[in-house]
Amino acid sequence: MTAASSKTPAGWVNPLLDSRDKRLPRIAGPCGVVIFGVTGDLSRKKLMPAIYDLANRGLLPPGFALVGFARRDWADENFAELVHDAVREHARTPFREEVWARLSEGIRFVPGSFDDDASFDDLASVVADLDQQRGTGGNHAFYLAIPPATFPVVLKQLARTGLAERNGDQWRRVVIEKPFGHDLNSACELNEIVNDVFPEESVFRIDHYLGKETVQNILALRFANQLYEPIWNSNYVDHVQITMAEDIGLAGRAGYYDGIGAARDVIQNHLLQLLALTAMEEPLSFSPGSLRGEKIKVLSAVKLAEPLDETTARGQYTAGWQGGTKVVGVLEEKGFHQGSTTETFAAITLHVDTRRWAGVPFFLRTGKRLGRRVTEVAVIFKRAPHLPFETTMTEELGQNALVIRIQPDEGVTIRFGSKVPGTAMEVRDVTMDFRYGTAFTESSPEAYERLLLDVLLGEPSLFPVNAEVELSWAILDPVLEHWAKHDGPEPYAAGTWGPPSADRMIATAGRTWRRP
Amino acid sequence: MIVDLPSTTTSAVNHALIDIRERGGAVALGRVLTLVIVTDDSAQVEQSIDAANEASKEHPCRVLVVARGLKRAGTRLDAQIRVGGDAGASEVLVLRLYGPLADHGDSVLVPLLLPDCPVVAWWPGAAPAIPTEDPIGRLAQRRITDTAAASQPIKALESRRTSYAEGDTDLAWTRITPWRALLAAALELPPYEDVEAVTVTGAADNPSADLLAGWLRSRLHVPVRRRTSPPGGGISAAVLERRSGKVELVRPDGKVGTLRQPGQPERRVPLRRRPVRDCLAEELRRLDPDEIYQAALQALAEVDGRNGRRAGSAKGPQTGATQGDET
Repeated sequence: MTAASSKTPAGWVNPLLDSRDKRLPRIAGPCGVVIFGVTGDLSRKKLMPAIYDLANRGLLPPGFALVGFARRDWADENFAELVHDAVREHARTPFREEVWARLSEGIRFVPGSFDDDASFDDLASVVADLDQQRGTGGNHAFYLAIPPATFPVVLKQLARTGLAERNGDQWRRVVIEKPFGHDLNSACELNEIVNDVFPEESVFRIDHYLGKETVQNILALRFANQLYEPIWNSNYVDHVQITMAEDIGLAGRAGYYDGIGAARDVIQNHLLQLLALTAMEEPLSFSPGSLRGEKIKVLSAVKLAEPLDETTARGQYTAGWQGGTKVVGVLEEKGFHQGSTTETFAAITLHVDTRRWAGVPFFLRTGKRLGRRVTEVAVIFKRAPHLPFETTMTEELGQNALVIRIQPDEGVTIRFGSKVPGTAMEVRDVTMDFRYGTAFTESSPEAYERLLLDVLLGEPSLFPVNAEVELSWAILDPVLEHWAKHDGPEPYAAGTWGPPSADRMIATAGRTWRRP
Repeated sequence: MIVDLPSTTTSAVNHALIDIRERGGAVALGRVLTLVIVTDDSAQVEQSIDAANEASKEHPCRVLVVARGLKRAGTRLDAQIRVGGDAGASEVLVLRLYGPLADHGDSVLVPLLLPDCPVVAWWPGAAPAIPTEDPIGRLAQRRITDTAAASQPIKALESRRTSYAEGDTDLAWTRITPWRALLAAALELPPYEDVEAVTVTGAADNPSADLLAGWLRSRLHVPVRRRTSPPGGGISAAVLERRSGKVELVRPDGKVGTLRQPGQPERRVPLRRRPVRDCLAEELRRLDPDEIYQAALQALAEVDGRNGRRAGSAKGPQTGATQGDET
């Protein structure tokens, strides 16, 4: 546990803290959170429950304040009721009246629209009052759970009213959600707009994947063990497949999704971050600086495999049967334009130009309405260089694989060959399973809990910096441009694993997709 | 699923376990530790299993319950295996020992411990005077006692202090983690002044209040006074005195705490007494020696007014609360 918020005088050490005292949780220093966009799904299903869960676990400071801002004619109580319902419905930990009572004392609401100066003046005075009444100490995080188009006006208002300014050792932080732009240019613009008001160290970009225990476990698996690192390179690894498949369609989000597509929505952030964690070199330490340094290094070494015609694939789901339900195709989804070329499935082939990964292709794919919901990183190893068996003995032996299952059923699977019982020597693939749930916990914290707490603690390790965002766009931009110039996406039936071009793409490279 | 094996042997229990695994795949192998619960054959068995099942959701483990039955009976081992829905995220083996066997629980445990995994022993009720010297305690890397559940809590705490060995821990210590966290966080705020004196108030026979006082003494090296409040209320206040004023954390009702400190508005914090299952889950989270607990135990002798004693005085304990109040 270290000083959570303010700068302490040189030489002062909290006598009650000790690095050996692992029981003491890191409690955030005095602070409050202001949420813009309180009525959205994200706020109600993720943020508010996460705030309650943190409070319930005793990780929020006494006197914590939560301010909502929205265009609703509400009083504090109405907002508190909304939070209460959201917590009741979605919180992970049991509802406890005494925790809620303390939390609700700090709930405030400011009605208004983003272009209304008076409401932001009200917000500024509410925040100032909280510093007096609740002792939030001038430390506030602004959570922009709103469309990116509205960022500029809100940020301008925060700057105008002085809400973005901090005095002395206070802090002001801003939290933003994806999409971080729609290409490199727009991402740079967005970063400029944000950095104009908040310095980069006060900007927290949420990629909720990085808050997942299993994603952080990639680092533990790789760097805390002797077993894997020696084979984690092109001498032993044949290729890597990173998959994020969703079984749901666009229902309700079609309007937002049209024009964005699977590559921008998922590959640019989640999948490239997973690739970075899988492929990066060992950081010198787990300090935020070293971690980001390594991620930036590996992302700068990522190159698209050419020609893009053969190394990428995209598709749109059509009507079909998925898991026993009849579903409509994307073009029939409400809010999705007829004739839209927005893809709901995207796959790309990448190389990492480093000594460690020379010649190892990384296949990334994501899509909606695929076979089932799964996210995983599969590292497929080369075959043994020599098999002292007759070919008939190893006909059923595949390649060894190590699969990191991100969700659901979090864990690690290792696939290897084993002798089939009997008098003949016959080798067949078997799997060895580690389930996070059985080795540790059914009740691990939600990604948002971890990330929100890190924002309040000012611990930036799990948040991508602007350089990472811009590098990711630089990787993806040529693909998007190429697709824009060519025919639209290929149809695939809902409930399958994507269009035939995806299979052709990986077959050209002499591999096949794993069925996740 | 519950399988009863009356009048059995450990190898039959092991056989039955493998059998269940083969038939149902019900018993997963991803266990991280073996938790041994040592208790009398009473209602405590089920209460402890409930707590262990809850804790197992965070730490899947094999739970071995050693329930000591009548010693005057003939030697007999009754076993019960619970898996799946009846055992949380763990597998539970209840071993009821009768007759002379009741004193040789360790011999029953050895064949049933998971290979390679750490062993944690937990005495929910009465604990041996010196846990490391107990035959079952010797099998364990970590020994969890609960002085608050002892018939004479303060005496039990004293015995923990004199016999401390690495791997010992006590639920009376686990219960004060939220208090410690709040006090530590309170000092993180300006003014960054040295604490000059400390007072901890709690029921006379409350070992947690003693440990909180001991912890503060071991960290701050300033005079620490222990005051007594009416029995049954647990800890009611901790006060750290600094030049600019007091940092006060008070909890009169056992549920909600109030934190007062100079330069900050008064704040209320949920601070209910922690249920055993929460404490157990916290205990299982770390299996290495707890140096901070050790230091807190050692510093008990330097706490003023503890159970009527003066710090460092060689006098024996005097009677109860009123004297404590005067110091």
